[in-house]
Amino acid sequence: MFEYDFMRTAFAAGAVVAVVAGAVGFFLVLRNLTFAGHALSHVGFAGATGAVLLGLDPLWGLLAFTLAAAVAMGCLGDRLRNRDVAVGIVLSLALGLGVLFLYLYTTSASEATAILFGNLLGVDIAKLWSLVALGAATLATLAAIARPLLFVSLAPEMAEAKGVSLRLVGVLFLAIVAVAVAEAAQIVGVLLVFALMVAPAAAAQRLSARLGLGVALAVALALAETWSGTALAYATDLPPTFWIVLLSCLAYLASLAKPTGLARA
Amino acid sequence: MTLVRGGRIVLAEVSATIAAGQFVGVFGPNGSGKTTLLRAILGLLAPVSGAIRVFGRAPQAFRRGIGYLPQQRAAVGDLPIRGWDFVASAWRGERWGLPLVGSRGRAQVARAIQQVGAEAIAGRRLTQLSGGELQRLLLAQALLGEPRILLLDEPLVSLDPHFQQTVVALVRQIQRAEGITVLFTAHDLNPLVGAMDRVLYLGNRRAAIGTVDEVVTDAVLSDLYQMPIEVLRYGKRLIVVAGHGPVEAEAHRHDV
Ligand SMILES: Nc1ncnc2c1ncn2[C@@H]1O[C@H](COP(=O)(O)OP(=O)(O)OP(=O)(O)O)[C@@H](O)[C@H]1O
Ligand SMILES: [Mg+2]
Repeated sequence: MFEYDFMRTAFAAGAVVAVVAGAVGFFLVLRNLTFAGHALSHVGFAGATGAVLLGLDPLWGLLAFTLAAAVAMGCLGDRLRNRDVAVGIVLSLALGLGVLFLYLYTTSASEATAILFGNLLGVDIAKLWSLVALGAATLATLAAIARPLLFVSLAPEMAEAKGVSLRLVGVLFLAIVAVAVAEAAQIVGVLLVFALMVAPAAAAQRLSARLGLGVALAVALALAETWSGTALAYATDLPPTFWIVLLSCLAYLASLAKPTGLARA
Repeated sequence: MTLVRGGRIVLAEVSATIAAGQFVGVFGPNGSGKTTLLRAILGLLAPVSGAIRVFGRAPQAFRRGIGYLPQQRAAVGDLPIRGWDFVASAWRGERWGLPLVGSRGRAQVARAIQQVGAEAIAGRRLTQLSGGELQRLLLAQALLGEPRILLLDEPLVSLDPHFQQTVVALVRQIQRAEGITVLFTAHDLNPLVGAMDRVLYLGNRRAAIGTVDEVVTDAVLSDLYQMPIEVLRYGKRLIVVAGHGPVEAEAHRHDV
């Protein structure tokens, strides 16, 4: 299958996105922010369809909306806690706007499907380079803030006492999540970002109680699921998104079988 | 100094000096300002008047030398990671970059864990630890980096009486060995009586500091709380009772 350009591009794009989603997802799960990740992807839908309407690449619309929403959520900070209803209403509004943009655009339903469920085999070289650049920026920022991020995630009161700004670290992290969501949406679509960002990280945290090993496992799982899913899609002629999501669910289910009582690794 | 929190005066023109190397028990009813005082010492809250000096310096300048065990421990027991990594996250956690601990950091983490006798539980996940075991790891985290001051906000909550004694003895022993200054807030005086050099009583926006014998008396506490208070001695135990006098009796009559 590697004789085809689009397959080679798909594997490369899948690798970039899996590494970013696995690493960022680990902290997302650790910080109990999976709902925020979910929210960002839905807000991104409106951005992506809006970009299509304007004749732009949906990736940039997605990115603009997720970033703006991430900064807003980060600035609201603790006031956002227990505001599930308010967040949910904003989400519905974003999805509704997305539907409106799609209706106005009318021409093709395939564009909508690609935004909602991803289109890994349709990634071209230009898109691949955008993904690489965004991925590198995300990982570099994550590496720069990982230490205080871990501190505020595990011991916020103590981190505050040592002079760490909870808000600054929180906003920076949500911005990272926003870019990771936009990336993951290119592969599995805005509706299934969970499969790449949350499932591998959650499975990794069940498999290992060590932080370093946990991040490595999350990345490895996301990568294995994406690549195997792509290969299976080629072999069966079914959509890669289906296989990736199926494998990520199976991996998570398999991790549940491990009794955490023995998790001393 | 005067401390204000949420628009309300918590401590009004309170003045107190704590000598280096002392073990000070901080007492007072809910909302009397114990946590507020500790946060002010950490430099998280500036006095509206007056000043706080820590070893002669502004609190912010001394941050790194203070170990803190917060009262609000945001869902520590829900973290699926092992105890060792939890303690280690506080090692120079305020710096930017990757969370690599390094050999010096590892030695410091091992030392802190060993000081609280938590070697056996450090490999387990926080989700699998009891409240007392978590408390030990939190204490280890506070001890990380050889602090000169230890601020412990209600470390005895949810511990059984036996383990309360263990924690107090542990803190006392570490405090003696390292010459650390300790501020230890609690609600019951008795577990701490043998260990404390000084007591600091907060109430009615005011404070009283001194040895147990000086402060825990009918006269001082009645004056502090502006109501009749009796200190009963029952063997070695101290029991502080309020409300035998007319003030409380009046209040009850109005309530009923
Ligand atoms: N975050 C906050 N915002 C506004 N007011 C606060 C806040 N935290 C505490 N207060 C107020 O400050 C006062 C002192 O609170 P503090 O937490 O210092 O009391 P405490 O002595 O530690 O009580 P406890 O025994 O319940 O821990 C209380 O009146 C409380 O209502
Ligand atoms: Mg308190």
